Amino acid sequence: MTTNPISRFFRWFFYRSRGDSPFKTILIHATLIIACVIAVYPVLRVVTISLRPNDTLLTTDLRIIPENATLDNYREVLFGDAEKNRQSDFFLWIWNSVSVVAVTSVISVILAAISAYAFSRFRFPGRSAGLIFLLTTQMIPAGMLLLPLFIMIAKLKMINTPLGLIIAYAVTSVPLTIWTLKGYYDTIPVDLEEAALIDGASRLTVFTKIILPLSTPALAIAFLFSFMGGWSEYLVARVVLQKNEMFTWPLGIFTFAQQFTVSWGQFAAASVLIAIPIMALFLYSSKWLISGLTLGSVKG
Amino acid sequence: MVSKQKRFIMESDNFLRRNLPNILWIAVIVSIYFVLSSLIAPFSDGITLSSKIVGERLQEIGSFLFAILGGLAIIEIYFYQIFFRQPLNRTATIITRAIQVAMGLLTFTFIIYFFNLTDLIKLGDSAIGKFVNMPVDSFANLQKSLISSKVATKDSAKMVAGIIFALGILVLYAIIQFTSKPRNSRVGLAYLLIMPAFIGVLFLIIYPFLFEIKLAFSNASLGTQATKNAQYSLLFGWENLKTLFTGTVAKDAKFFEVFWRTILWTVINVTFHVLGGMGLAILLNRPLKFKGLYRTLLVIPWAIPTTIAAMALRSEFDSRYGLFNILLGNLNTWLTTVSQNTANIIGIGNGFAWLAATIGPVSWKQDPFWAFVSVLIANIWLGIPFMSVIILGGLQSISQEYYEAAEIDGATRWQQFRNITLPLLRPVLTPAIILGVVWTFNKFDIIYLITQGGPQEKTDILVSSMYKAAFQFYRYGFTAMFALVIFAILFIFTLFYLRVSDGLKSATE
Repeated sequence: MTTNPISRFFRWFFYRSRGDSPFKTILIHATLIIACVIAVYPVLRVVTISLRPNDTLLTTDLRIIPENATLDNYREVLFGDAEKNRQSDFFLWIWNSVSVVAVTSVISVILAAISAYAFSRFRFPGRSAGLIFLLTTQMIPAGMLLLPLFIMIAKLKMINTPLGLIIAYAVTSVPLTIWTLKGYYDTIPVDLEEAALIDGASRLTVFTKIILPLSTPALAIAFLFSFMGGWSEYLVARVVLQKNEMFTWPLGIFTFAQQFTVSWGQFAAASVLIAIPIMALFLYSSKWLISGLTLGSVKG
Repeated sequence: MVSKQKRFIMESDNFLRRNLPNILWIAVIVSIYFVLSSLIAPFSDGITLSSKIVGERLQEIGSFLFAILGGLAIIEIYFYQIFFRQPLNRTATIITRAIQVAMGLLTFTFIIYFFNLTDLIKLGDSAIGKFVNMPVDSFANLQKSLISSKVATKDSAKMVAGIIFALGILVLYAIIQFTSKPRNSRVGLAYLLIMPAFIGVLFLIIYPFLFEIKLAFSNASLGTQATKNAQYSLLFGWENLKTLFTGTVAKDAKFFEVFWRTILWTVINVTFHVLGGMGLAILLNRPLKFKGLYRTLLVIPWAIPTTIAAMALRSEFDSRYGLFNILLGNLNTWLTTVSQNTANIIGIGNGFAWLAATIGPVSWKQDPFWAFVSVLIANIWLGIPFMSVIILGGLQSISQEYYEAAEIDGATRWQQFRNITLPLLRPVLTPAIILGVVWTFNKFDIIYLITQGGPQEKTDILVSSMYKAAFQFYRYGFTAMFALVIFAILFIFTLFYLRVSDGLKSATE
């Protein structure tokens, strides 16, 4: 038993398993560290660009914290630029995105929660055909129905309204959510319901009093899924929304890149502001998202 | 194996249930973030988000939801009475059937009206057209009379008229309700439950699909004002199909060129995703220090919103200031120095000189090959975390006992991987690969955001060409035919998958 701190560190670090040699352990760590650097460095570069002062945006510097780091870009993105008399649309974009995506997610979760129960518990004519149809819709390219949807939305005079975008997003969101929730309902033992039915409860009571409370986590997953799906969507939004004041944030930050002098600094600052809460949420909930994936589409 | 899969799922359920309060906390914090940020807004100069905009939006969405709910309720009650009510006597039966037929007719008229409104069918001023417009016209007349009789203002007229309409229908339903007795139906509830989603799917998927088929046989384009003056015939369909295979798909590119590029795009991406994901998952599946940290960091490319990632990578492919060319430039400088220092050593010096001449900054934007490589790099970077997480989930559900038994029998690591890991991973891997193929095939936001398909559409894949044909070149009829062909390709792939995997059988039973 040695108490030498260095050797203790080594023993702690080379925590043996299945007889890996120290050399192999170092190799594994090195591989993982390189992979992590590849995964994280491009993201950190966005932070770097957002911190650069406007006159040194174009540089071949590779440091993460740039020289003369400043928060000017953040100020400009959040509060606009008084000197150039430019307004900030940042909060408007966020609000547009949130209102569209939240409503889509709520609608699809409600629709799916109800119909997935029928798909999971009842045997009725047309059931498996319906399920296969829903799965097939996941194979349809997102862009494929976009043209007829676009014409339909235009004819309903819903271009440039959040309603048009809600309709367009619901197309992909509803079938996926039904599949996810059906997969989850299937894992809830039927015995619970049968006991309740024998005790005289109606199907509706069973659904609202047993199934829904038991599947709250799955409902949360389904909501998250459909929220994440619409949250950073660019291509459909670009077609449906053409007016500046209706822009969702992906369209919004793209305008930074389209101006004559590409405002990379502001683009980066806006990206960081948007990405931080969403990435935190995602990383925190990634375990549930993964279990949701194994429940629904990727099911062995 | 199945039971293990289930156990894995059940364990994660418990995890979920335990952590539900935390999810809610996070949700609360995120919403506070948004609320606070919009509170700061009025105090800064020239902000465009105001309480007025918020109020208007809430009203707009609220009334939209209200209308949807009302419509669904009316349809639900209709089917409820069909499934669960039995008329008391003969007269009641006649009245009930009459009301049901009338309601059915009304619904049918609305559907035809909707088709007419969105140009799926054109009725014009014919007798049928007038008949179809009748309910809506009477609705408009009701609104007008409400305004002229000062019962409602201009703003509220629509709502009041809607409520009157709905009440009228409810009265009819009440008649049925009071002249009938309850009845049992085995499948009725199931149909009632799937009805809302079914209507949604009908409206959102079936209808657009029908519309697309119709469009495919038209000459709709910007010149015909989309569908307004478009003409439909089989000839146009044939023409569209011919243009697709012999002409250009967007502006410059030909179909088969883009098709093979799509195959290449899909195969390369999925291969790298699976190999990279598998490698990382295997490394992460062993007892290791800092495992949690590695996992968190490695998931980041998946966590970052795609649009942001694509835009950020686009700037990194800049020819002078982008990360990739800086690194390549530095490597080139280093190689040049080394080749100068080793110039005297025959062979090595020449080798380094050759490397220095070959490796260097690349024109990512102008050179078609490197542009394609750049989008591949971006998509591979984005896609590996997802695959590795899925595969890691599968690996964790494999019991260690198999490996211990194999080790006792003297199996090498490769044999263990070949004979234990791969077969047991199949239930996870097969659907993941299939879905990965379909998703990658359809995924063009990366391409669109990074290269916009350029230079000269040399990085376009089928779906991005289609998007361009529709929304940049306004070739509507052609795009519809294009979409149908893409759908056919994917459909064949799906059938192939069904035959190979039998995966759907277990899911639908």
